[in-house]
Amino acid sequence: MSVPTKLQEPHLARRHRIGKAFEWVCCGSTWFGVVVLGVLLLSVGWKALTWPPAKAKPANNSTATVDAQSTSAPLSTKFFSSYDSRKPREAGILAAIWGSLWLIVLVALFSVPIGVGSAVYLEEYSNEGRLKRLIQVNLSNLAGVPSIVYALLGMTAFVKMFGFFTKDEGKSLVINLLFTTVDVPLPFDRTLISGALTLTLLVLPTVIVASQEALRAVPSSIRTASYALGATQWQTIRYQVVPAAMPGIMTGVILALSRAMGEAAPLMLIGALTYVAYTPGDITSVSDIFKNPHGLLDAPFDKFTALPLQIYQWINHPRAEYAHLAAAGIMVLLTILLLMNTFAIVIRHKFQKSTRW
Amino acid sequence: MTFMQSFTELVHQRQQRESAKRIRPVETEFSKLDVRNLNFFYGEKQALFDVSMTVAERAVTAFIGPSGCGKSTFLRAINRMNDIIEGAHHNGTVLLEGQEIYAPDVDVVALRKRVGMVFQKSTPFPKSIFDNVAYGPKVAGQRNHKGLAEIVEQSLKRAALWDEVKDRLQDSALALSGGQQQRLCIARALATNPDVLLMDEPASALDPASTSRVEDLIFELKQNYTIVIVTHNMQQAARISDWTAFFYQGYLIEKDHTQKLFTTPKKKQTEDYITGRFG
Repeated sequence: MSVPTKLQEPHLARRHRIGKAFEWVCCGSTWFGVVVLGVLLLSVGWKALTWPPAKAKPANNSTATVDAQSTSAPLSTKFFSSYDSRKPREAGILAAIWGSLWLIVLVALFSVPIGVGSAVYLEEYSNEGRLKRLIQVNLSNLAGVPSIVYALLGMTAFVKMFGFFTKDEGKSLVINLLFTTVDVPLPFDRTLISGALTLTLLVLPTVIVASQEALRAVPSSIRTASYALGATQWQTIRYQVVPAAMPGIMTGVILALSRAMGEAAPLMLIGALTYVAYTPGDITSVSDIFKNPHGLLDAPFDKFTALPLQIYQWINHPRAEYAHLAAAGIMVLLTILLLMNTFAIVIRHKFQKSTRW
Repeated sequence: MTFMQSFTELVHQRQQRESAKRIRPVETEFSKLDVRNLNFFYGEKQALFDVSMTVAERAVTAFIGPSGCGKSTFLRAINRMNDIIEGAHHNGTVLLEGQEIYAPDVDVVALRKRVGMVFQKSTPFPKSIFDNVAYGPKVAGQRNHKGLAEIVEQSLKRAALWDEVKDRLQDSALALSGGQQQRLCIARALATNPDVLLMDEPASALDPASTSRVEDLIFELKQNYTIVIVTHNMQQAARISDWTAFFYQGYLIEKDHTQKLFTTPKKKQTEDYITGRFG
């Protein structure tokens, strides 16, 4: 194997070395994130699982028999079924979990129709023009606005309602449904619905942009074919475009919801409580819904707490034991977020395989 | 003149097939479509110049011509598919059975139900075979499942696809082969029970076997439908069409009986194009 001299280039070895070095730099960047995440998970997990301390059997506890049962070891059933408590051993995340669940459901209820509706209007109906471009630029900018700014807006618009109702404090609007009535407090005050509406504002730009991208990915030949068969624009959107864009829309919505789920700052500012000894609508299990269906209507107007807030409060607590509880709360929150993101990926993957244009 | 001879042969073969199948020769020449002085513009750019033409009922009319000559624009003007394109406008009249289709009181949705269209690239919806064919009647308000099933069966039979798919109507249409997908799109267009069927190069993306199946199908369909087909393939035009129109640079150069146009074209440009001297 003799290499002809013509094939020898100057500095070739050096150029290859640079290439190799670049590859290592990129590889390092990737692993930096993975390692940091790993360390975080390990430290949080260790902290969560080393509670309660093994030797812990306080001598001054007279009701020793009860103690063994009632200790809310993190990630035990007790931890999930108890409210927050002044005694770290009895504190749990029941109120926080239900609060977060309600938030997510309400945010989804508000943000999906509004977000998908705006995306459909922008992509399918509105004409290209200066106004559309203006809206588009604003949407992209809004997606990057810090959450605390939305919190200020939520505070003014929903919690205080611009001060319109300050004169008669505690007034509520009684809405008569067919079978029952709902008391809607005016202003909304520090209730679930204020929190949900604020978080909706926060995630709306993300939902709209994601939905727009999903709608844009639907090939125009589908629309043309539908029109050619005598479908109206509404029928084309309803039966062809939106169903085809659904996986993309769902993925965007779930990712936006998981962002809303992790937000603490806006909820803190609008004044969600940190110590709550009840769940919204007094619903603590699925069977409660059937026992007391009216709770579903009351829940949005109850005061609440949420997982990130509970975690924040426990971390700031002067007693060191609460740090373990916070770690356990983080584990729960991370697990839920991970499940949601996995779900989003599964949806995307499933539909990518079944629809090839 | 070997080109001319081969075309003559193709036309002759078709006539033999027609008499074998007892398809009446198209002499009545009742014109389904009557286009007068049509000018068409995409924004500033003019795509059609003063085109006037009649299209005979229950016959196949083929449009030939080099790319960008306006034949597809003309086709899409007949069911107003160009309306979707921003900045498209026209002047002149397009009469369907004597009725101006661009008149303000004509609903474009109703027009498209009467004038079906099949595209170059098959565009099955990502749904089942049944739902693809049933889509047209469904959006027109047909909800009765039994009625839909009948329409689907009839349309698939007319499109010569029924035997291949009757056992898997609920399978995804995307699982069909390219040729089957195109015949599905034809069945889908037939399901709305149109009078006129517009086809924009329906076989250009298909292999020779599928092409020949689609051509046979068009040949069968002309007994019941008025068919207008755009094609790049002049042999195809000679094989299946009764009338042929030659477009060049936005002008209708010549339209005549297929046999006459391919054997004794009146215009020099037509002769140059069909003998392959340009285009």
